[in-house]
Amino acid sequence: MPDLTSASVPPVGADDHARGEGETVIVYADLACPHCAAAWPEIAARPATTVFRHFPLAARRPRSPALHAAAEAAGLQGRFFEMVDSLYADRGRVDDPHLWERVELLGLDLERFEADRRSPEVAARIRRDFDSAVRAGVIATPAIFT
Amino acid sequence: MGVIAAGEAAPDFTLRDQDGEEVSLSDYRGRRVLFVFYPFDFSSVCSDQLTVYQEVKPELEEKGVELVGISVDHIHAHKAFREKLGIDTTLLADFEPKGAVAKAYGSYFEPAGMANRTLVLVDADGRVEWSYESPSPGEAPGANLIFDALA
Repeated sequence: MPDLTSASVPPVGADDHARGEGETVIVYADLACPHCAAAWPEIAARPATTVFRHFPLAARRPRSPALHAAAEAAGLQGRFFEMVDSLYADRGRVDDPHLWERVELLGLDLERFEADRRSPEVAARIRRDFDSAVRAGVIATPAIFT
Repeated sequence: MGVIAAGEAAPDFTLRDQDGEEVSLSDYRGRRVLFVFYPFDFSSVCSDQLTVYQEVKPELEEKGVELVGISVDHIHAHKAFREKLGIDTTLLADFEPKGAVAKAYGSYFEPAGMANRTLVLVDADGRVEWSYESPSPGEAPGANLIFDALA
């Protein structure tokens, strides 16, 4: 059972998803959240190292867990942020066939993507980020820590 | 007057839930229950708060704690709010007389006619085990504070 008592946001680790250079900006976001999608272009354009952490709210946005798993699976093939950018840029097309289109566009191995996004390791990786957000008191997305 | 303090007896009440069923404090005797008093169904902060709490509901239940929301909204509003958020947390309507339970728990904000944003953990014997009042109604307490109280 996870420990959800108060704790600071964990420092950036080697297996975090990071992009860019400069000051570190840690973003807890939900890939199905409209506020996150609206804020993402501005967040992504900052001259900073952007660290993306998963905060899927499954009850409110039933597609969230699948989208986070898709991003994580793309990340295992080196295309994490490309998948995130694509999901936020086109929020109306997030069903499985749309994910497969993205996989093809990004040149990913579909068979591996399908296996990875359903794996317990990917689910645990997402849950790790989620728990760290709860421990830091995150209540809404996007939650940005600088 | 602030929120009811730890050690006090939790005032008994009977309210109706989102389905119109009567729920009394005494129904929870023998179990721990966390009452989440919040201002309004459908408001943005309350939506965020109840959404995040829903995600950690299994962990609360593992600790033997039931989660129950209370606001001055009517049962029909509660039902629609639950459906909108996709949550299955019980929501009690402190509707008529308005805010009577919130007042009894020191969790009513007169100027706005709403429940203040507070958390009240009641133990298995009906006594307040822990309580928390947000610094302002616009600020939702993170779920971490609940787990700190249970640790």
